[in-house]
Amino acid sequence: MTVDDEMEIMGQRLNRKIRALFGRSLSIREVDAGSCNACEVEVNALANPVYDMERFGIHIVASPRHADMLLVTGPVTRNMELALLKTANATPEPKLVVAMGSCACNGGIFGETYASGGGVDRFMPVDVYIPGCPPRPQAVIFGLMVAVDKLEQKIKKSEVKV
Amino acid sequence: MPEELIETIKKEFRNLILDGTVSNNETYLTVKKDAAVRICDYLHHTLDFPLISIFATDDRAKDGCFKIHYVFSCKGDVFIIIKIKVEETTPRFATLTHKIPAANWYEREIQDMFGLAPVGHPDPRRLIHFEDWAAGLYPLRKDFDIRTKPDRVKGEYTYRKVEGEGVYEIPVGPVHAGVIEPGHFRFSVAGEPILNLEIRHFYTHKGVEKLFESVSLDKAVFLAERISGDNSAAHAVAFCQAVEKIAGIDIPPRAKYIRTILLELERMYNHMGDIAGIATDVAYPFGAAHANYLKERVMQLNEKVTGSRFLRGMNAIGGVRRDIGDKKDMILKELDLMQKDFKELMELLFNSPSVADRIETTGRITGEIAKGLHVVGPAGRASGIDSDVRRDHPYAAYSELTFKVPVLKTGDVNARTRVRADEVYESMALIRQALSDLPHGEIRTELKTIHDGCALGYSEAPRGETLYWVNISNNRIERCKVRDPSFCNWLSIEYAVLDNIVPDFPIINKSLSLSYSGNDM
Repeated sequence: MTVDDEMEIMGQRLNRKIRALFGRSLSIREVDAGSCNACEVEVNALANPVYDMERFGIHIVASPRHADMLLVTGPVTRNMELALLKTANATPEPKLVVAMGSCACNGGIFGETYASGGGVDRFMPVDVYIPGCPPRPQAVIFGLMVAVDKLEQKIKKSEVKV
Repeated sequence: MPEELIETIKKEFRNLILDGTVSNNETYLTVKKDAAVRICDYLHHTLDFPLISIFATDDRAKDGCFKIHYVFSCKGDVFIIIKIKVEETTPRFATLTHKIPAANWYEREIQDMFGLAPVGHPDPRRLIHFEDWAAGLYPLRKDFDIRTKPDRVKGEYTYRKVEGEGVYEIPVGPVHAGVIEPGHFRFSVAGEPILNLEIRHFYTHKGVEKLFESVSLDKAVFLAERISGDNSAAHAVAFCQAVEKIAGIDIPPRAKYIRTILLELERMYNHMGDIAGIATDVAYPFGAAHANYLKERVMQLNEKVTGSRFLRGMNAIGGVRRDIGDKKDMILKELDLMQKDFKELMELLFNSPSVADRIETTGRITGEIAKGLHVVGPAGRASGIDSDVRRDHPYAAYSELTFKVPVLKTGDVNARTRVRADEVYESMALIRQALSDLPHGEIRTELKTIHDGCALGYSEAPRGETLYWVNISNNRIERCKVRDPSFCNWLSIEYAVLDNIVPDFPIINKSLSLSYSGNDM
């Protein structure tokens, strides 16, 4: 089995899950909270004709108001902290927060400095971590699959409470 | 040539030059503090040398002073660095911005990071720190601890105001609609045409220069790779070259050629990605999809050759980590296929009337503005600035290979796109030459000891001239100044958009291909 086959199988599985859960596409708002732009290159790569994530029901939206998920990259700089929190507050619940890349996971090579805040989980609860510097497109798809599972559990839990 | 040049300068300013030292191709002239503006003005306007960086150092522990360095790139592979001393008791220096506009951001950066004020600066607002940063805290001073987390204070940032009937503002960012990096743009418009654009950046400021001072030399290469992700190889090479110059290491010829191949692969995927972005923004989705597909192919080739889609982890001080000689046939085969596809795509793109209509005369940067701001890379070459570090200050294997430097005059989006397209062919030809001439032997020279010293490292990144100035003391990095090409080019966008319509802004922005992270650091 080649890497492309794996991508295909993983993508189709993710597609079925998204359909069952949402009945539509999974809407993602990407937030760069101070990354070096390599993570952005890989998110954009997912939209190219080789991966074409839209066919798996993954859609990048322009506004957090339309998003089911925040995909956060970068070590949350002091100067981006406020913008990130505002974006998170504008995202409707139940939402997923995915930390993409080493920096978003734990600050990465930048760690904690006067200007860098460390990982995203210092500022808000994170559902799924996708490690890598940057994670390959396949790793991002896998991470999204884990995240969708998590949302399913979240919804079930809230239904039990009601 | 360098000796004559130095003599001319010394003759012109006999009493003002206090000291002069030469190391490799760098000449350091310490001058009287109040003479710096005059000498820099002479170098820039009379001798026609571009000002490529200004940076400060905190040498208070050594001689009680701060120093400011003005770096000029001269003909004949020479750099002249004018140095002045600034006392802690009088933390001020005269601004150069009214003589050389390119000095603008450097001086504001020094003000924010060292607390040295440029007297007479036309725009002395803060640059890197936001309004919530307390006064009197200067991160690059040696007595500032990198772990300090200063409290946020109340403050306000004032934007330039454009007033008049029907004038309104459009604020954009820092979180954008697309998947791009964060930055703030404030347009003043009357109807569709843009009257004024003010950019505000440094949202992704991570304290990289301070961080360099606390990491080991080996780890610093990884940090350099993460300053601007898509220019990883160019940054790593520039940093390694600076350290190798200080250590006096001549890296093995095979490593030089491998570095060249990596740098050109990087240029290829960046330029293809930029062309794809321009095609997207002019609503030419077929071209965008095709160019993105080609970019992906180069990135997959990168992974097969180096193990990293971003060519990371390949460069090391003293050479490269992995030999790529056994991948020669695969690279050549892929290049042939890609060149055919790319050529077809470019013919379609440039012969499409709907594309030409959007990119011709759009976002024009005149040669005068490009020169004043020191616009570098493809953006500068599209505005008639004939400069390329690979040719002017040869490094890696470039002096042994032949290539053309495409230069166009119109300075519009069309010219910037064409320069990139031409450079892709040059990169392909360079990789073929480097592979066929690949010398045998070692790929890395061991770095055993390194003595104290400082040196410049430089490379031509896909975005243009990338500059490192590294100062080593006791095996540690005392100061590392990084100058990403975007730091030079960002201001030019404020001129490029004037009299254009708001819907053309994304194309202009994409055609300049600016890195936010490389700029903010």
